[in-house]
Amino acid sequence: MKECVFIITENLHVTENVHRMTLSGDITEIKRPGQFVNIKIDGFFLRRPISVCDVSKNSLTLIYKVVGKGTEALSKMSEGAELSLLTGLGNGYNTSLSGDSPLIIGGGVGVPPLFLLAKKLTGEGKNVSVILGFNKKDEVFYEDEFKRLGCKVSVTTVDGSYGIKGFVTDALPKDYSYVYTCGPEPMLKAVYKNTVTSGQFSFEERMGCGFGACMGCSCRTITGYKRICKDGPVMKKEEILWEA
Amino acid sequence: MGSLNVELCGIKLDNPVIPASGCFGYGYEFAEYYDINCLGTFSFKGTTLEPRFGNPTPRIAECTSGLINSVGLQNPGVDKVISEELPKLIKCFNKPVMANVSGFSADEYRETVRRLDAEPQIGWFEVNISCPNVHGGGMSFGTNPASAAAVTKAVREVTKKPVIIKLTPNVTDITVVAKACADAGADGVSLINTLLGMRIDLKTKKPVIKNIMGGFSGPAVFPVALRMVWQVAHAVNIPVVGLGGIMSAEDVIEMMLAGASAVEIGTANLIDPLACKNIIEDLPRAMEKYGIKELKDIIGGAF
Repeated sequence: MKECVFIITENLHVTENVHRMTLSGDITEIKRPGQFVNIKIDGFFLRRPISVCDVSKNSLTLIYKVVGKGTEALSKMSEGAELSLLTGLGNGYNTSLSGDSPLIIGGGVGVPPLFLLAKKLTGEGKNVSVILGFNKKDEVFYEDEFKRLGCKVSVTTVDGSYGIKGFVTDALPKDYSYVYTCGPEPMLKAVYKNTVTSGQFSFEERMGCGFGACMGCSCRTITGYKRICKDGPVMKKEEILWEA
Repeated sequence: MGSLNVELCGIKLDNPVIPASGCFGYGYEFAEYYDINCLGTFSFKGTTLEPRFGNPTPRIAECTSGLINSVGLQNPGVDKVISEELPKLIKCFNKPVMANVSGFSADEYRETVRRLDAEPQIGWFEVNISCPNVHGGGMSFGTNPASAAAVTKAVREVTKKPVIIKLTPNVTDITVVAKACADAGADGVSLINTLLGMRIDLKTKKPVIKNIMGGFSGPAVFPVALRMVWQVAHAVNIPVVGLGGIMSAEDVIEMMLAGASAVEIGTANLIDPLACKNIIEDLPRAMEKYGIKELKDIIGGAF
C-alpha cells in the first residue's frame, strides 16, 4: 500500500450513472488485477474504495457508479484536479490457477476490475471467455474493450434489450477451466451455484479504512474470519461461506 | 527543539502520541507503512478471553466529520493473541505496549489480564469498560460506578502493572465513574470511548448499521472529549489519557492543556495510515509556534 497524489486526466460518462476516470500518478503498488484504491474526496470523512480497471505506465483507469454523494462529487471533478489515493489495496485475482480457458463473469459495476484481469490472462496466452451482465441496453459498457483483448464476449441484459435476455448464468458456455467473477451478491451466489469448476469471487462491503486496520468489513469463511479489504476482496470458491 | 517526553503511570514515553485500540490492530499492520517505534506506545486491539467475530456487517457508517462503528470487539481471543499476535508485534515494536482488554463479567476481565500479565512487553493495561455486563442486565460496566469499580478491583488483583480504565462518555456524569475507578485502585483513566450514535439509509429507510447503533468517533467528538478530559482531570489525582477526535498536533496540545498526560489517536489512522507519524513529526513546529518548550509542562495548563 502507498499513499500518493494523483492528477485527474479524464473524467467522462460511460453510461448515464457510470463514469470513467483516468489519473496519472505512481501505480507501482498495484500488483494484481482485482485490487482497489481508496480515494479521499474533499468534504467526505471516509475514503471511497474503487476497483482498478486498468493500469499502464503512470496511468490508472477507474470506472465507478454514482451511488451516493461521495461518488457524485467524484463525478463532478475536472481534469487537472488532484486526489489523494491509497493504492495497491486488497489481494487481487491470482491468474496462475486459471487453466487454459478461464471464464470471466461480471455484473454491472463489477465489470471494471475484470478488464485488467482479462488483459493479464490474454497476455498469458489463455483462451478467455467473458460474460457481462447488465439490466438493460443503455447500461452496457466495455463489451468492445474486452473484445479488443481477444476475449470471446457474451452480453446479457435482464430485459432483453441487448444481447442474450436473462442473467449471466443464462449464457454459461459448456467448457471452461476456471471462473473469475465480480458483481452484486445475488449474482455471485448464482454463479457459485451454477458453475462447475473452481474459481475466484470478488466481494464488496462497507469499509472503514480499506487496509485491514479497523475490522469494519470482516466476513466469515470456511478458513476463518477474513477482512474483505485486506484478505480479500477476492475469495476462492472453496472458502466462501454464504451468510443467511 | 522542545522536548516531547512525557510519563504515563511511571513509564517514560518519547512522546505522548498513542494510537488508540481498535484502530491500530496489533501494530504490525502499520509497520508495513512506517517504523512504528516513533510512537509513544500504542494500545493494541481489544482482547477478550474467548475469540470473537464481532457484530454482523455493515459495521461502518460515515458521518459528517466522523464515523460510526459496530465492530464488536473482533479478536482472536487472549491465548491466540499471546501465541500469534504478540510475537509479530514484538518484531516491529521495541517499547512497552498498552494491552487493551475487554470482558463481559468481572471474572472474564480478571482472567484475561492474568494470562497477559506475564508478557514482558506489556507496559500498561487499558481496560475497556464500555462492554455490556452479562450479569448486570447487559448495561455497560462503565455506566455504573459500582460495576466499574468491581472490574477495576478484579483486574488489580492479578497485575502489578499500571491499570488504566477506559471510560465511556455515555453517562450523565463521567467524573463519578472516574472517581470510583481511582478509589478502586486504577493507576489512570483514558477517555473518551465512542459516543453511541446511529444513521438511517434514506434509500432503504433502515439503519445503516446492521446492529442499529454503534460508536461515533472522529473530529466531530473532539469538543465533547476535551470537556470530559477537563472535568475528569479536575476530579481525580491519577493521570488522564485524552482521546476523541484528535487529528492534528494542535489537537494534541489542546487536549494536554485540558489535563491529559498523554493522548490516544484512533479514527485518524483509518483515513490516513501515517496520521500518528505525521502528528509526531509536526509537534515540534506546533510547540514552537505556541511557545512550548517542554510538552510535559503544559499538562493541565489551561486550569
